[in-house]
Amino acid sequence: MSQLDIRDLRVTVAGNEILKGLNLTIEQGKVHALMGPNGSGKSTLAYTLMGHPNYEVTGGEVWFKGQNILELEPDQRSHLGIFLAFQYPVAIPGVSVANFLRTALNSHRKAKNPEDKGMPIPEFRTLLKEKMDLLKMDHSFAGRYLNDGFSGGEKKRAEILQMAALDPEFAVLDETDSGLDIDALRNVAEGVQALRGPNFGALVITHYQRLLNYINPDVVHVMFNGRIVETGGPELALKLEAEGYDWVREAHELVTSE
Amino acid sequence: MAKKKNTSARPKKAVVSKKKTTKTTTKAKATRAGLRPAPTAKKKAVGKNKPKAVAKKKSAAKTKAVANTRVVTRSPEREVISAGKTPRVITRGAATVQTKSGFPFSAEQIPALANGAKATAFLRSYRKGAWNQFEKLPLPSTNDEAWRRTDIRQLKRNGLQMVEALPKATRDKLPSIPARLLKPLVGKGHGGQIVFAPGKTTVQLSRDIAKQGVVFTDFATAASKHPDLLKKVLGSVVKPGEGKFAAMAAALAGRGVLLYVPKGVQVDEPLHSLLWGPGAGLAYFSHILVWVEDGASVTYVHESASPTLKEQSMHAGIVELHVGARANLRFVELQSWGEHMWNFTHERARVKKDGNLDWIFGALGSHLTKNFSEINLEGEGSLGRMSGFYFTDGDQHLDHDTQQNHLAAHTTSDLLFKGALEEQSRSVWQGMIYVAPGAQRTDGYQANRNLVLSKQARADSIPGLEIQADDVRCTHGATVGKIDPDEYFYLLSRGIPPVEARRLIVKGFFDPIMERIPFEGVRQRFQQAIVQKMK
Ligand SMILES: Nc1ncnc2c1ncn2[C@@H]1O[C@H](COP(=O)(O)OP(=O)(O)OP(=O)(O)O)[C@@H](O)[C@H]1O
Ligand SMILES: [Mg+2]
Repeated sequence: MSQLDIRDLRVTVAGNEILKGLNLTIEQGKVHALMGPNGSGKSTLAYTLMGHPNYEVTGGEVWFKGQNILELEPDQRSHLGIFLAFQYPVAIPGVSVANFLRTALNSHRKAKNPEDKGMPIPEFRTLLKEKMDLLKMDHSFAGRYLNDGFSGGEKKRAEILQMAALDPEFAVLDETDSGLDIDALRNVAEGVQALRGPNFGALVITHYQRLLNYINPDVVHVMFNGRIVETGGPELALKLEAEGYDWVREAHELVTSE
Repeated sequence: MAKKKNTSARPKKAVVSKKKTTKTTTKAKATRAGLRPAPTAKKKAVGKNKPKAVAKKKSAAKTKAVANTRVVTRSPEREVISAGKTPRVITRGAATVQTKSGFPFSAEQIPALANGAKATAFLRSYRKGAWNQFEKLPLPSTNDEAWRRTDIRQLKRNGLQMVEALPKATRDKLPSIPARLLKPLVGKGHGGQIVFAPGKTTVQLSRDIAKQGVVFTDFATAASKHPDLLKKVLGSVVKPGEGKFAAMAAALAGRGVLLYVPKGVQVDEPLHSLLWGPGAGLAYFSHILVWVEDGASVTYVHESASPTLKEQSMHAGIVELHVGARANLRFVELQSWGEHMWNFTHERARVKKDGNLDWIFGALGSHLTKNFSEINLEGEGSLGRMSGFYFTDGDQHLDHDTQQNHLAAHTTSDLLFKGALEEQSRSVWQGMIYVAPGAQRTDGYQANRNLVLSKQARADSIPGLEIQADDVRCTHGATVGKIDPDEYFYLLSRGIPPVEARRLIVKGFFDPIMERIPFEGVRQRFQQAIVQKMK
């Protein structure tokens, strides 16, 4: 069952505990939004789910498809169907988008079947074009070095392109909407919507209601000081948009400082 | 609660810390032994990066080596010296005798000369002159500036013998050439191919190319059929006296290539030569001569290769290139020696007015290499490009010593060397851009980039400028970096396994240099090497 189950997760970064016993369950096929003030630990959660070595897990478990994914290497988590759209995508000079994606896709195929000879090039080209069209990306992107010299918006689109090509079962989108112009935001949101279905769950980290207008989340959470402190429906996002985080702080400051 | 590292299971190679960039300011580099004319008083550089002028070195003659002036490299010395006083050496089987130089070679081993008295006379005098230099010159040591980072004391000189000295039966047992090395690396076919294997040389040249007056042949044939040509070209760019190994190669290289392209002739199909040097305890010598007359053009690929063995072998070689006015030479050199080979080469190109040289170096093999490569831009408007890639592993040590000499106005040089290092290997690149007095409006560029893949590997990168004209633009940069852990994690997060991820980053690192090499075969060879070296 591809439900994501985070239990009492504690994570330390550079000696500071950032996630302080976080609990969160995202059922299969559901899209949850995660909001919260700067520095509350949202990206820490995202990186931890993907297995970044700088984020040291000091406690808890994360269950997905019958495995505690904290025991897996990042590439194995990817093979299991987890995807992270980075808040700050990394440039890989000298490696083209097409070459990169083909290597990634073939790695996935090989993980499923060690005998796999790789996706035939014509098939790959067709797939790549199809996904680029979905995101209204110029085909010339395929030949450019990945994220190298890309504008902020282009990088975010390239993240969604990768997600569309790898077809994950659970994705974390870390502020994929920030830096996007209005058209790009719609394209990206449509890209996410196109994946949506009973086999695609997501955790959408965002600061703004705009994206949520397109991607209607099933559940909205608020993170504060390394924990989920509020959970509700789409109306919770609207409330935050209108009132900000002061009420959250007032309600939870005491709890966290004890 | 038990502490758990976020990533666990598989062991990892070191991937740490951000790239380090050495400053792109100018650093003086001591002039190589006798290699340049004495500088004049005032030096000033203007231009984009405002390199600091180098006001060093009072005299060019503080060297033990014979001081050939670099600029005027005509008329080779033709000293004739009797071989009589040479210590005797017996080179049969494994028996060796101590000689003064430590190398168990003797003047009697100077290659037999081809028939034809004319050829014999000049070749003999050239080789004997070189032999004499070889005997006189000291073995380089780390006290010599150019050899400071490359120590050859571990070369067991006494354990070497010339491959020619092997009994035929032993020689015939040496491994033969793998078919893949004979395949075209450039384009679909060869216009000509020369293959040197122990005891056997084969020469092929397409009739169409030969009809145009092109000569592409081995030394023995050149000496008998084209003695005047050989005489004109031999020793005209590289002097035997430039170093112990140059002299050794000049004296003892029976294996050689003469490529001559007459005025205005365009050779459309690439030419290819292969020096195959199997076996241990052996010494190989080679001498490549290329002369492209005014307005002519040619692409030539030369590869040196052997299997890897335990015991040492050595190779010493000379490469002399002449690019005439408005001529084009594209020269690709692949060094694929086995990792037991000690490899020493002296290479120089001279480019005349509006001539164009595109010189590509690929270095993957050898235990130790010391390579001197230089471009002399002698004619106004000439252009020299040097593109190098190297990838070392194990205990390999590659030292590339490059020099871009701007000896005339309006000349352009462009050097990019990129290297990756695995395990305990080591690389040295030291480069120099020299701008002669009066070589105004020149544009010189040099960059060396290194990617160090293991904690034990080490790359030294030493750029240098010496500028004696005041209206020039010279830029250079040198970097030594590691794999960026964020890049690495990004690839892993997409499902690319650790080994593949590192390879992909390394391939990406080399991509800018591959872009300069429009030869699919050469690129593929290098990609395969990356896969092999990064297990
Ligand atoms: N690599 C790191 N080294 C040191 N501190 C870190 C590191 N990564 C995160 N932190 C710290 O952890 C805390 C949480 O950071 P995180 O990036 O998870 O916040 P966030 O909720 O994503 O914020 P934002 O909304 O600004 O993206 C911050 O105080 C941050 O400075
Ligand atoms: Mg964040």
